[in-house]
Amino acid sequence: MTSSATAAPVTGPSEALYQTNEGPLRKLSWAVIDSGTIMHQNLLRWARTPAYIVFTVIQPMMFMLLFRYVFGGAIHVSVKGGYVNYLMPGIIGQTCGFTSFSTAISLAQELQKGSIDRLRSMPMARSAVLVGRLGADLLRLALTIGVLIGTGYLVGFRFDNGVGPAVGMFVFALIIGLAVASVSAFTGLAIRDEESVQAFGLIWVFPLTFVSSAFVPIQTMPGWLQAFARNQPFTIFIDELRSLAVGGPLLSGAWQSLAWIVGIFAVFGWLSARAYRRV
Amino acid sequence: MSGAAIVVEDLGKTFGSVVALRGVDLEVPRGSVLGLLGPNGAGKTTAVRIMTTLLRPDTGRVVIEGRDVVREPDAVRRVIGLAGQSAAIKEELTGRENLVFTGRLYHLPRARCRQRASELLERFDLADAADRQARTYSGGMQRRLDLAASLVAEPPVLFLDEPTTGLDPRSRIGMWSVIRDLVSGGTTLLLTTQYLEEADELADQIAVIDHGTVIASGTSDSLKDQVGGDVIEFDVPDRQYLQLAVDAVSGLSDVPPVLEAESSHVTVRIGRRGSQALIDAVRLVDQAGVEVSGLAMHRPSLDDVFLSLTGHAASQTPGDKPGATRSRRNRRRAGSGGEQPK
Repeated sequence: MTSSATAAPVTGPSEALYQTNEGPLRKLSWAVIDSGTIMHQNLLRWARTPAYIVFTVIQPMMFMLLFRYVFGGAIHVSVKGGYVNYLMPGIIGQTCGFTSFSTAISLAQELQKGSIDRLRSMPMARSAVLVGRLGADLLRLALTIGVLIGTGYLVGFRFDNGVGPAVGMFVFALIIGLAVASVSAFTGLAIRDEESVQAFGLIWVFPLTFVSSAFVPIQTMPGWLQAFARNQPFTIFIDELRSLAVGGPLLSGAWQSLAWIVGIFAVFGWLSARAYRRV
Repeated sequence: MSGAAIVVEDLGKTFGSVVALRGVDLEVPRGSVLGLLGPNGAGKTTAVRIMTTLLRPDTGRVVIEGRDVVREPDAVRRVIGLAGQSAAIKEELTGRENLVFTGRLYHLPRARCRQRASELLERFDLADAADRQARTYSGGMQRRLDLAASLVAEPPVLFLDEPTTGLDPRSRIGMWSVIRDLVSGGTTLLLTTQYLEEADELADQIAVIDHGTVIASGTSDSLKDQVGGDVIEFDVPDRQYLQLAVDAVSGLSDVPPVLEAESSHVTVRIGRRGSQALIDAVRLVDQAGVEVSGLAMHRPSLDDVFLSLTGHAASQTPGDKPGATRSRRNRRRAGSGGEQPK
């Protein structure tokens, strides 16, 4: 602690109140604990609003059934096990995008209400609000994907590539979800208005998830669109999920995915942290 | 212990082209209450956000219990509590859970969190509702819970940003008594409000802020004296006698009577002459043969103070219709047993 030469010479409350001589390790451990507390709080709030959780879990399930039974018959793919096996990794990739909406919306809500102010005036880790939020959202994504896979099994989907790659797909999907959520977090912190954030979410997530290999083979799109579809990150992620789930080339896609994910985390993690500091 | 708990020097903050604060100086002695009084948009919330480390000032400095808010924000956060319009309450959680979570984020041991939660729920009359979700609470209960949350770690310095805005009168009075109790325990309090009565009720010192500048400060009494002491006022129901009435009472004071022609309302500042001036006033209008209604003497309210300092009423933001002050004045007179204007 530095001497308070600039401050008025006052006899304040006990010096113990000011003890801030915590090492970086202790600070880090508090940041982890605080994030856990915020995450626990978020999970408890969801537990009190079960309808919200049920609806967010059911939504991707409906998409899956819609494509499986309504559009699926008209879409021809050359994947072992048929369209349902082609579809599932696509739906899971899309779910990573859609689930992140609520990250953006809830952050914007808290900013709008001013409820982050109290937390920021407390001697807790500042990163905890962001990290705790992302942690809770990640658990919700895991639950959603779990339910999705369970339903998928009922309508004919099978992991044809063995248990190891299946687990790998699940973990990889969560990493994608976290990367997309860091983009969403930034939109929420930057736009700040709940409804605008929601509208903006549809603008960027819809084209990225639909103009991809999620639902149809890219070769069926017009040429100019193929160029975009082939090179955008969701296609790369979804192709990798598909290779893990039902078999296919793993390595080249893995490197590209890794590059995108590291890039997204670096750029949007930094932007989100900066936006949060400036709130 | 003596000394200043909060020192604010030459504080300035600009957002784009909007100057929110310009050269604000404040000092709050330890254990006392400062009321920061001003209309919407005067800069109150900006000042509180800087003092609570949420916002960096452009100029000047703030020292809380000897610690600079910019240089040692963590140290400052350990000694302050912030509550306001209950935005920080998580509605899906129970009152008790809200307090326990707050305690855990203050890094209090778990047992201590539970103990503090029970104490505070009891003290703020929330014990019966402790295990209900906060969304079922009334507005007043939510404010009390929010205030309780800011007290979990027993901070010696407390900031309350418009703690009763939007509350009904009964809840407001309940909140006042809670705040009064708190202050009697030795907490230093900085309170922002746009309600003049609230500053009058709770604050030892009042700083009036308008357009980002402190335009007056002192005790409630000294501010009232600045305006010119007591006031006699009355209405003249028959407008043709208005001028006659004004002439009749013009000898009461060195300051000429103020005439609000539209409402036929006359105000005379009489300094500290007290009830003799009232007797004189009755005699004078009687001699002039003018019928008046609602003749009364009162100490100037902070409404009057604000009006005379800024030229606009405190509750009147630029977009509002004039007249809000007027109707409040009438209510007050009705309450003190005077006649109702026709």
